[in-house]
Amino acid sequence: MAPVEIEDWSLVIRPKTGWLELHLSDLWRYRDLTMLFVWRDFVSQYKQTILGPLWHIIQPLFTTLLFALMGGVAKLPTDGLPPVLFYLAGITCWNYFSECLTRSSGTFINNASIFGKVYFPRLCVPVSIVISNMIKFGIQFLLFLAFMAYYYAKGAAVQPNALVLLTPVLVLVMAALGLGAGIIVSALTIRYRDLQVLITFGVQLMMIATVLLPLSKFPEKYHWLVLANPMLGIIETFRHALLGAGTFDPMSLLYSAGVTLAILFAGILLFNHVERTFMDTV
Amino acid sequence: MSTVIQVENLSKSYRLGTIGGGTLRADVARWMSRLQGKADPNLKIGQEHHSRLVGQEFWALQEVNFEVKQGEILGIIGRNGAGKSTLLKILSRVTAPTSGEVRMKGRIASLLEVGTGFHPELSGRENIFLNGAILGMSKVEIKKKFDEIVAFSEVEDFIDTPVKRYSSGMYVRLAFAVAAHLEPEILIVDEVLAVGDATFQKKCLGKLGEVVRGGRTVLFVSHNMSQIARICHRCILLDGGTIKADGEVTAVTTDYLKNDTGHAGARTWPDPAKAPGDEVARLRSVRVISEGKATEAINVLDPVTVEMEFWNFHEGANLAAVLSFINSQGVILFVSADFFEPQWGRKPRPRGLHRVRCRVPGGLFNEGWVTVVAEVATWSPIYHIHFLQPEAAAFQVVDAGNDGSLRKVWARDIPGAVRPMQAWQGWDCEFVGVDTRGNAPKAAEEGQPIFSKAL
Repeated sequence: MAPVEIEDWSLVIRPKTGWLELHLSDLWRYRDLTMLFVWRDFVSQYKQTILGPLWHIIQPLFTTLLFALMGGVAKLPTDGLPPVLFYLAGITCWNYFSECLTRSSGTFINNASIFGKVYFPRLCVPVSIVISNMIKFGIQFLLFLAFMAYYYAKGAAVQPNALVLLTPVLVLVMAALGLGAGIIVSALTIRYRDLQVLITFGVQLMMIATVLLPLSKFPEKYHWLVLANPMLGIIETFRHALLGAGTFDPMSLLYSAGVTLAILFAGILLFNHVERTFMDTV
Repeated sequence: MSTVIQVENLSKSYRLGTIGGGTLRADVARWMSRLQGKADPNLKIGQEHHSRLVGQEFWALQEVNFEVKQGEILGIIGRNGAGKSTLLKILSRVTAPTSGEVRMKGRIASLLEVGTGFHPELSGRENIFLNGAILGMSKVEIKKKFDEIVAFSEVEDFIDTPVKRYSSGMYVRLAFAVAAHLEPEILIVDEVLAVGDATFQKKCLGKLGEVVRGGRTVLFVSHNMSQIARICHRCILLDGGTIKADGEVTAVTTDYLKNDTGHAGARTWPDPAKAPGDEVARLRSVRVISEGKATEAINVLDPVTVEMEFWNFHEGANLAAVLSFINSQGVILFVSADFFEPQWGRKPRPRGLHRVRCRVPGGLFNEGWVTVVAEVATWSPIYHIHFLQPEAAAFQVVDAGNDGSLRKVWARDIPGAVRPMQAWQGWDCEFVGVDTRGNAPKAAEEGQPIFSKAL
């Protein structure tokens, strides 16, 4: 081997890499694997169940009925819409976000046995979770549309408008937000397992604050906290676009998108930083 | 041949102790002191000196250097905890090194386990795709090889059955079949061949041989010396996180066995509570004796006696002492039990310390290291093993080439698991006769005895 020869190594393993060496192209190379994970999640979930994907409909339906009941008792405003429709819209969105968040937050812990044996871009797993939840969201969205059609036929004040075209964008923002927040938690849970418990609990509390309670029910001095929730802008836009509820606030949606981008970026950085050595800690 | 793997000063340390409660505080303290340029307050001071233990860190690998050429099959051996798995984990990118660098050329596939990512609910067909993708194959590649994989796994009839209903043999066969059809330039294998039944193992080894003939590079970790000897071109011995030996396979495997038992021509377990065994019998010691003295090296022509002492805790137990002799390739040369003794009288053993001796005649072993497996078992009413201690003792058989030598003019290795004494005739030129026209002498044709001395 001549010493002057320039070696073209295809892989160099070093102790530490820079924060910005993300190798996102690897993720694209492993797209087949990501899609197989999506398909595995979907298929394996319903093997040996009778109702199969129908379970996706039952859960939001019951939550909606519960919320409608609670809202009715507490006389919470629903923008003049049938409470069931109002809450179902919020729950459909929230479910998608929270599923993405909680399931991707377990990325490292739940997959330690695979991650400990073979290399592939670890990001494949949370990305596949977000995609497979999209299928679930699709089913729940259809349920929502069915209810919408029913109430529309009954003459309720349901007024979808041109903002409906924003729906795919809303879904993408929710996906990115759930993914970003989820992988931040997953990176932190490697050391502090408490976070995983905290997150399931926190997501439930936040659901009530985002979907059920209107801003006016909170004390004035905590309004900033409620408004800081990036999901609020998304759910409000969704309700406005499909049901004509309230008003559309572009600033609030822009704020959500901005926060989402920041969280996703921070998440990818952190995830990338811990994935190389997490096996020593987990 | 070009170098395809270059490992340079590779080290890896692990943090000792539990990571959990209180770590947040410790982490904050560590950050604070790092900011202030002070030493880590969480490090323990005055810990007992140990070269691999520094503070709260354990060095699993220390300054490991080696290179692998294209098409080479490198065996990696070493005791448990020598750092083999850590090395493989770094090479297969499961974890990152603490310092040093690894450079590799070409597509890498690592098999630290067969069936990684198999989902029990999915069918065999579905799992082939999933597992293949996890190991780095694209969907198109898997589709192309699908029929081959299924044929290799021999589970054609059950390919659409969920793998949770497979027998463990079928499961492993399917998993290995997927792995065997990977086509990487560098393959890293960790003892996965130790699965399945003997026939399937043979098939796997055959497949591995095919992989190698295709010019690919293989790194192979195994505890099975005969597998290493059969497959590998070169071998690395890891010990205590560093490379102890690197070179020709037989030399390194011999070195490993020598190291593994230390200079244990004799080994004693002084504390019966910790000795191998159970409530019926426990091992006390094993010694190799030659010419009345404990030894660890014998001449090929010398007889050797292996002595075993064991405790019997059960009055009247029907115990049998069994010794197995294994060479450095892992081949069992022979097994001997005390009841093989023609005089043996089925006598139950009283409580207490027992000593048995097995004398092996000289001129039987070939050169190299022989390890002894010590076993005591109940032979009646059912055969039940109380302990089976591998590498209980070891001794080296040497043929020094001096007066007591058998090899005389032959300086190189003499192949074979054993080298028993043989009787030869015709060596002292008792030739049959000369016929210059090339015809055999008359006596030989008629089948008459041509040797003057009877055997």
